Amino acid sequence: MKHSFIDEYSGLDSFIHRLDPRTKLVAGLAFIVAVVLTPASNWRVFACYFLIIAVLLILSKLPPLYVLKRSLVIFPFVFLVAVFIPFFKEGEIAGSYNIWLWQVSITYSGLFILANVMVKAWLCILALILLSSTTKLAELLKGLRQLGVPRVMILILSFMYRYIFVLADEAMRMQQARDSRNFGGKRLHQLKTIGNMVGTLFIRSYERGERIYAAMLARGFDGQIRTLKDLSFRRADAYFSAVFCVMLIFPCVVWW
Amino acid sequence: MDKVIEIKKLSFSYPDGHQGLKNVDLIIHTGENVAVIGPNGAGKSTLLLHLNGILRGNSTVEICGLAMEEKNLKEIRKRVGLVFQDPEDQLFSLSVFDDVAFGPVSMGYPEPEVRQRVTRALEWVGMGGYEQRSPHHLSFGEKKRIAIATVMSLDPEVLVIDEPTSNLDPRSKWALIELLEQLQMTKIIATHDLELVRVLCQRTVVMDEGKVVADGDTETILGDTLLLKGHGLASANL
Repeated sequence: MKHSFIDEYSGLDSFIHRLDPRTKLVAGLAFIVAVVLTPASNWRVFACYFLIIAVLLILSKLPPLYVLKRSLVIFPFVFLVAVFIPFFKEGEIAGSYNIWLWQVSITYSGLFILANVMVKAWLCILALILLSSTTKLAELLKGLRQLGVPRVMILILSFMYRYIFVLADEAMRMQQARDSRNFGGKRLHQLKTIGNMVGTLFIRSYERGERIYAAMLARGFDGQIRTLKDLSFRRADAYFSAVFCVMLIFPCVVWW
Repeated sequence: MDKVIEIKKLSFSYPDGHQGLKNVDLIIHTGENVAVIGPNGAGKSTLLLHLNGILRGNSTVEICGLAMEEKNLKEIRKRVGLVFQDPEDQLFSLSVFDDVAFGPVSMGYPEPEVRQRVTRALEWVGMGGYEQRSPHHLSFGEKKRIAIATVMSLDPEVLVIDEPTSNLDPRSKWALIELLEQLQMTKIIATHDLELVRVLCQRTVVMDEGKVVADGDTETILGDTLLLKGHGLASANL
């Protein structure tokens, strides 16, 4: 079965792809922190940040349409969280409505903040897409490991990524088997069937976990997680970090 | 000939009370290719899991003269390479390299040696150059080969394989059999695939209901239609 992967375009080759995952992780984090901390009124700074991420996206040779589509996924979530801001922020009133017993009003400053939250979220998600589409997950985890994230966390993440598609396949096969036996009937009966499927999936995963552990033991696993260190911080990484840092700080200094 | 594996009166019960093995005696010598055949649930896989101490019953299992004890486990697992039936279980890392390197890294070999072992193991199974691929992007036949490479990287004296040809199409199956033919080491293969047995193994052990019911020359055993029929290995109408 074919699935799309979160690191779908990580196999391409570009300047960005070749950077050390640690460089990209730190740069991505710095970018997000900078975006979040910039005051809402500084629109020129945001424009600059957008320019930075756009240049990086072009350098990375990712298909622009793919990036755009992916980035839109974030909007419903952010919107759901932020939609109430215009109603509660005080300031000049843009419009007020009577809804049954209540009178609600929307303020300009509230709308402004809502727009800003969306822009910030979009810039952050673009940075994350850039990071995850230019770095293989294995590399990313190696980078995280060497930046000091505990080994257990890395192992859990890597197992999750390795087996989530195996599980999805298994669930899909169960679904097909169910549908081919004329799934239908009363709502209650349907719920019962779905409950059984979830339970079966859980037990199967549990058993698979045991088999994987046996396969690890068979190759001498003794509870210690050992990894090879094979990342290299190259000159390109140093240049990139320096330029990126300047680009990040420069707009703040000029327009703060 | 040297004995690589010596099992005396091995019995094993699963936690739910089901008896997986009953009084199994088995001696395997260096360089032998032994097939373990039997119907589903005969205890083949259970027996294999005893060969490197994943399961431990109440008897003496000796591997290359080493008793199956806690202190010998690491050495035993280095000498006996166990390949599981489902390559999805065997390949748990994010890249082929990491998977093949898992054994050597766990054994604590220095980095240059690990790299050398990985390259060699992948070449042995004809998968050189696949180091950076992710296991979930490989075909089933490729996964099977990589699964074998993951134990070959430890340079085992005994290769133990559970159902190597299950789910493979004929072409991949014969390619795999050819590959196994080329690997020079003692091999123990649990399978239903009598074609494979005929080509690869000189000796065959038949198991049913946790017991060894026959042990001998492959030609003799596969020629004994009555025996095969009696243990669900041939069509009853033959």
